[in-house]
Amino acid sequence: MAGSTLASPSVDPAAADEAARAGAVRPAAAFSPARDAWRRFRRHRLAVVSLGVLSIIAFAVVFGPFIWRLAINDIDFAAQLKPPSLAHPFGTDDLGQDILARLISGGRISLAVGLAAMVVAVLVGVLVGATAGMSRGHIDAGLMWLADLFLSLPQLPLLLLVIYLFRDSLKSIFGPEGGVFILIVAVIGGLRWMPVARLVRAQFLSLREKEFVEAARALGASRLRLVVHHILPNALGPVIVAGTIDVANAIIAESTLSFLGLGFPPDIPTWGRVLFDAKDYLDVAPYWALFPGSAIFLAVLSINFIGDGLRDALDPRRVM
Amino acid sequence: MSSDFLLRRLLIAIPSLLGISVVLFTVLALAPGDPFGELVTNPNVPAEVRLALRASLGLDDPIYLRYFRWLWAMLQGDWGFSFVSRMSVDRLILQRLPTTVAVIGASQILAIMVAIPVGVLAAAKPYSMFDQIANTFAFIGFSLPTFFTGLLLILVFSVQLDWLPIVYSTEVGGSGLTYIWNAVRQAIMPVTVLGLFQGASLVRYVRSSVLEVIKLDFVTTARSKGIGERKVLVLHVVRNALIPVVTLVALQMPIVFGGAIVTEQIFRVPGIGSLLISAMLANDTPVIMGVTFVFSCLVVLFNLLADILYGWLDPRIALR
Repeated sequence: MAGSTLASPSVDPAAADEAARAGAVRPAAAFSPARDAWRRFRRHRLAVVSLGVLSIIAFAVVFGPFIWRLAINDIDFAAQLKPPSLAHPFGTDDLGQDILARLISGGRISLAVGLAAMVVAVLVGVLVGATAGMSRGHIDAGLMWLADLFLSLPQLPLLLLVIYLFRDSLKSIFGPEGGVFILIVAVIGGLRWMPVARLVRAQFLSLREKEFVEAARALGASRLRLVVHHILPNALGPVIVAGTIDVANAIIAESTLSFLGLGFPPDIPTWGRVLFDAKDYLDVAPYWALFPGSAIFLAVLSINFIGDGLRDALDPRRVM
Repeated sequence: MSSDFLLRRLLIAIPSLLGISVVLFTVLALAPGDPFGELVTNPNVPAEVRLALRASLGLDDPIYLRYFRWLWAMLQGDWGFSFVSRMSVDRLILQRLPTTVAVIGASQILAIMVAIPVGVLAAAKPYSMFDQIANTFAFIGFSLPTFFTGLLLILVFSVQLDWLPIVYSTEVGGSGLTYIWNAVRQAIMPVTVLGLFQGASLVRYVRSSVLEVIKLDFVTTARSKGIGERKVLVLHVVRNALIPVVTLVALQMPIVFGGAIVTEQIFRVPGIGSLLISAMLANDTPVIMGVTFVFSCLVVLFNLLADILYGWLDPRIALR
């Protein structure tokens, strides 16, 4: 029974053996790690479908404004709270503004916040994790204590607190849009680096004892070169997976803030903000809330599935 | 379990609490302006009075002195007065805390009652039809943000079907059985939203934990003694697999509190989460600090409880 539990549905032992045999015969170029990872990713059907869905969302958000040319703040009291029609495929809100146009423009911000916050979290996490993993003793223990401390902070209350305290001063420096963007990205990223740091540290602890690292060290490679050229590339698989999930989490966090009325100002219609505006009109205009909510849900769900597919593709050792 | 272990865990909790208080105070001290000094910045107060006030409030002292004074006041239960309701912050929070604890507690019970059977059944036959359906639903469950599920439930059960009340109130009508029924009825939606979100992520943990245990030798021994599959699963596997799940339930608490703030806001549950949001919208700094501190303490408390429970369930941990 012990051997009968597969590491993952996409790992088929017979096919893997066959691939290994074929790989041994075939020239090395036809069997690169990237190609191997893509082959494993493709087996996760939902992840492939999700990649398609996310591409469509990203395409719509990036190129949408060139195709759907209605302005997001075009107030039209003649077309107040109109259900979906040909002129307004997603309907209009209480000021007669086109919801499709608002979702396209808000999606840019929502996705950008997700990506930027992920970059911040991964950068801080890799830096802290690598430092802790390479140094023993007090530095390692101190950094991990810090990570544990941050893990036991209540994220949403703290996020709300920081935004409440710093919003006005950043707004005056970077403008209403830029200030809130920088603040939200920094805080979401700054509260989510801990899982990445722990992953990177664990990888470093095992990798730095491996023979190839020892060989590089024996050849006179400096500490920095060891980290950047030898250890880090081998530790990246789980980090990419964690980073993907972080994008989804950051999108939810930003939407939550905007939904609570404490995120972006009303003239920047992120998906959460549109939902916040729509929630008092549930009885007369349910479509107004359904479209932005579904947009958040679809984006987050597809990113989570892609993360799951990437786990199969990049992290085959991990047994769920 | 020895009292030595209990004492050690209690002592470990103190640095975390102090660390959290340092983080909170730093955020407060770095914030522009005097968040506590509403009087101090009031233009109607003459300059010399303002200076005297600043000195008497100790706003010009070095930062570490201010930290210790603040900490001392917090420890004595002197949390300041709410600017808005003119009531002491600790009384305001104590008034609201039971509702929050009740809603979170009920939703945790719901989450565990859903997650354990589903996770165990999914792990009993990995990659079966049931496992794949459960996995897909788990993904959908934690990709649906709580604010969207909340609005969807309101849309279906309050607006369309008119079965459940939208707004949670402390004074429900009726007496006896009608009173209980009304109280339960208004709690159904908030508890469901939180419980299902939490349950969805727990399912995956329960499943992977059961899969870990099912591979172990003692399970094979139990099987080879001729014990039925169902008995092996319930008596030998599940009991051991649930030990790490206890920790996970506690470690998820920061996320649960985030969900609770959102749910309380949507359904207007009069708990500390909605208190936090209304205080932020009204610039009521003492209340905001107090609620954030209470959330932090609750997180530390739950981590402590998890550690102690873990040591009780698995004596090997307590010996280390």
